[in-house]
Amino acid sequence: MGAWQTRAEHQYQDLADKTGFSFEQIKNLYQRFQQLSGNEETISRENLDCMPALANNPIRKQIIGAFFDKRNQHQDEVGSCDQIGFEQFLMVMSHFRPPNLRTTDEEKEAMRKEKLRFLFNMHDSDNDGTITLAEYRKVVEELMSKSGEIGQETAKAIADAAMLEVASINVPNMGPEEFYEGITFEHFEEILKGLEMESRMHIRFLDVDTSTMRCGKSQS
Amino acid sequence: MAELRPARCWRTGFFFCLWLLLFLSVASGSLVVVSGSNETSGGPAGDTPEDPHHQTNSTTHKKAFPVLSFNYQDVRKPFVISLWILLALLMKLGFHIIPNISNVVPESCLLIGVGLLVGGIIKAIGEEAPVLDTKLFFHYLLPPIILDAGYFLPIQAFMENMGTILVFAVVGTLWNVFFIGGMIFAVCQIEGVQLAGVDLLSCLLFGSIVSAVDPVAVLAVFEEIQINELLHILVFGESLLNDAVTVVLYHLFEEFSHAGTVTVLDGVLGIVCFFVVSLGGVLVGAIYGLLGAFTSRFTTHTRVIEPLFVFLYSYMAYLSAEVFHLSGIMSLIACGVIMRPYVEANVSHKSYTTIKYFLKMWSSVSETLIFIFLGVSTVAGPHAWNWTFVISTVILCLVSRVLGVIGLTCIINKFRIVKLTKKDQFIVAYGGLRGAIAFSLGFLLTDNERKNMFLTAIITVIFFTVFVQGMTIRPLVELLAVKKKKESKPSINEEIHTQFLGHLLTGIEDICGHYGHHHWKDKLNRFNKAYLKKWLIAGERSTEPQLISFYNKMEMKQAMMLVESGSAAKLPSVLSSVSMQNIQQRGSGNRRAIPSISKSREQEIRKILRSNLQKTRQRLRSYSRHDLMIDPFEDNVSEVRFRKQRVEMERRMSHYLTVPTNRQESPSVRKVCFEPEHQVFTYDNSESPRDPRARPDPGPLDAISLVSESQGPNQSREPRAKVPKEQEEQDQLKLSRCLSDPGPNQEEDLS
Repeated sequence: MGAWQTRAEHQYQDLADKTGFSFEQIKNLYQRFQQLSGNEETISRENLDCMPALANNPIRKQIIGAFFDKRNQHQDEVGSCDQIGFEQFLMVMSHFRPPNLRTTDEEKEAMRKEKLRFLFNMHDSDNDGTITLAEYRKVVEELMSKSGEIGQETAKAIADAAMLEVASINVPNMGPEEFYEGITFEHFEEILKGLEMESRMHIRFLDVDTSTMRCGKSQS
Repeated sequence: MAELRPARCWRTGFFFCLWLLLFLSVASGSLVVVSGSNETSGGPAGDTPEDPHHQTNSTTHKKAFPVLSFNYQDVRKPFVISLWILLALLMKLGFHIIPNISNVVPESCLLIGVGLLVGGIIKAIGEEAPVLDTKLFFHYLLPPIILDAGYFLPIQAFMENMGTILVFAVVGTLWNVFFIGGMIFAVCQIEGVQLAGVDLLSCLLFGSIVSAVDPVAVLAVFEEIQINELLHILVFGESLLNDAVTVVLYHLFEEFSHAGTVTVLDGVLGIVCFFVVSLGGVLVGAIYGLLGAFTSRFTTHTRVIEPLFVFLYSYMAYLSAEVFHLSGIMSLIACGVIMRPYVEANVSHKSYTTIKYFLKMWSSVSETLIFIFLGVSTVAGPHAWNWTFVISTVILCLVSRVLGVIGLTCIINKFRIVKLTKKDQFIVAYGGLRGAIAFSLGFLLTDNERKNMFLTAIITVIFFTVFVQGMTIRPLVELLAVKKKKESKPSINEEIHTQFLGHLLTGIEDICGHYGHHHWKDKLNRFNKAYLKKWLIAGERSTEPQLISFYNKMEMKQAMMLVESGSAAKLPSVLSSVSMQNIQQRGSGNRRAIPSISKSREQEIRKILRSNLQKTRQRLRSYSRHDLMIDPFEDNVSEVRFRKQRVEMERRMSHYLTVPTNRQESPSVRKVCFEPEHQVFTYDNSESPRDPRARPDPGPLDAISLVSESQGPNQSREPRAKVPKEQEEQDQLKLSRCLSDPGPNQEEDLS
């Protein structure tokens, strides 16, 4: 493990600069990555799919999809890949870092934009820069998919109402013949600005006890 | 003219209140005197001598039948009590009429001032003023306030900050007690202050009384300054949860000061007692809360008494906890918190409103009375002023609070993700107000020579915190630019994304392999849905996801708002011209297969549609949830539009009846439930939960909702899927711009 460690430290420094995690956190996440991938170099969708913990999550597919989405890698690429390495894994996770006491207001703004962009990418599946009504409907349907019986009609109604709300907030005076294409990123920011994403969209990273977690696959 | 009126109000109000005060003090003076003994004391009421006269008179000769007689004694007690409450409320009214005072001085200060005045008047007359009786306080005045606070506690914020709140409540209070107690003891040891007789246990007892942050005072002050939710919940949560600590320490030290010695065993027992008191209180509250929720499941036919169940179960929870010397406050909070989601799902809208308003009303009255009595008791009570003791108490309270908050925040910030800034710490420290609980506990002390001194010191601390800190906290909040409470307009987008975010973060936590906050919240939600809701919520509301409840609530609110604002006069502030048509292009997108319906069904539908169409012609302008373009200032234009809409509607109506439309969008789908015989009702006038409250007369169009709360478990899915479409069709006809073009269909039998 000795040689591996020094090489890893170089890598860690690189990763720490890019993603903002600390060494401790990167080490813990690396352990988790190893677990998920079965000690391979990359994770595929099947690795994440087989997790029993995610089985009850209604938006499972979107979450897994977000890991393989190239837009979340901040490299201006689009599309999706089939396997991701540790660096990509970390990049996606870095969207969930919380702000700390020393974050300035501009940094908080940037953080919020980044997190909102992550959410936006999750909704905008065809990457045309807008969330159309169909896509939004799909989002609401997925949200309610685990809730069972209520189903399609109400999901549609809710999505329609939400879309209407976005349109009325952002473009209040539309004539009867105009058409609201879809939610652009600016509109998305506008409607969610009350939620203060930078303080809400985060998880705790440091005390990861990965020894108790099992992915559901047999450990080789 | 407008300027004269407040002045006149002020003058008339003032004189009336003064007269009322006088009368009240006289009356209550006589009550106090009378209640202690028989009615032989020479009270100023002056009617007591009359009774023997009457008797002696009647024995000598027959007198005329008394047309009008004066018998004050029978009704004296309730009369005086009502008079007190009336006075309190009139004072409260007065403060809000007088324009500028309520901005500067918080209400609690004014009420204490009034209490002082009344107490002064009573004393001047020479009567004995009523004191804030401990039983009265703890059994009648405190529970409504706590129940109100607990029932409307923002659970989300409370749970998220639970760790911080617990640390402040438990560790903070312990620190305060020992610091104040110890330092006061040290002060007492100083030569020359005549305090040598005070031993350590008494000082600790005193410390335990005076160091607890008081929920009543905190509520009274913080309600007015409207700071952001985090700070509010931190200070308020602390004031609620430190009750357990206070109760335990108080009883502990009292026992010890009687026993005289403390052993290690006693210390250990004290710690065990703390856990028993707090957890036991929560358990008792939880049991009563579940009982209340279960009871509310069956109240469909007796809506009128629903609010009473809420109040009585909660009060029983409080009293039961007090029986076992558990923490009554925590029991009450637990009961309210647990009962609320299920009760709200079960009760009718009117009952919900009743519960809300009665709780607010009672807590308001209680709070007012508490502060007034505090003022009166201050004037009345025996005082023993000792400069050193009092001044050092006040200073030590402040110092220990500040030190405690700063020290604890350093520790807490290591574990919090959203750290507490210096501004937050300042507000938390400054908001540690003492109040009537400290006073009542002080009153419970056994009489010894130091009790009066303690009481004086407690009162001084209370006055200092309420007056000085209460009055200055508002300008300080402005000065420091602390974040205020944000205006929360319910937004369906925010709700969707809050839920989305919850699931997302839970998923990410699972991928990270981390059992975090979201994981447990998710588990709790699933447990709730799987087990509790089935038992505690009536009908199929139990399976309704939260998003849908929210959505229905919002729709209902909008409907009610429009009903209340009348048809054309004032409309909601959103003057947006966006409607459904702008969102969906005509003729685009999915075409869904429409399941076929039978001929008889179709006839029924046509009949209903026609009749409804006639009804809605008059109501067309009043409401359209998706047609937000009604501009109240352009009446003539909208008149033209109205006619156009009608024409359009008729055209489409006939079009519909011959060619079925394509089901593209459903602007509003109400919760539609049908009995198995597929009866379609237009108005459901019975009280059922979550009905849109709009009545037919000026009702919004959406009120044509086919709602009947079906209790039968055997709801087949198909009819429900079908009939919402019919419902949509109706809605589509009425919401003029929400129609889609008729398109090709699969229903060949509909023509």
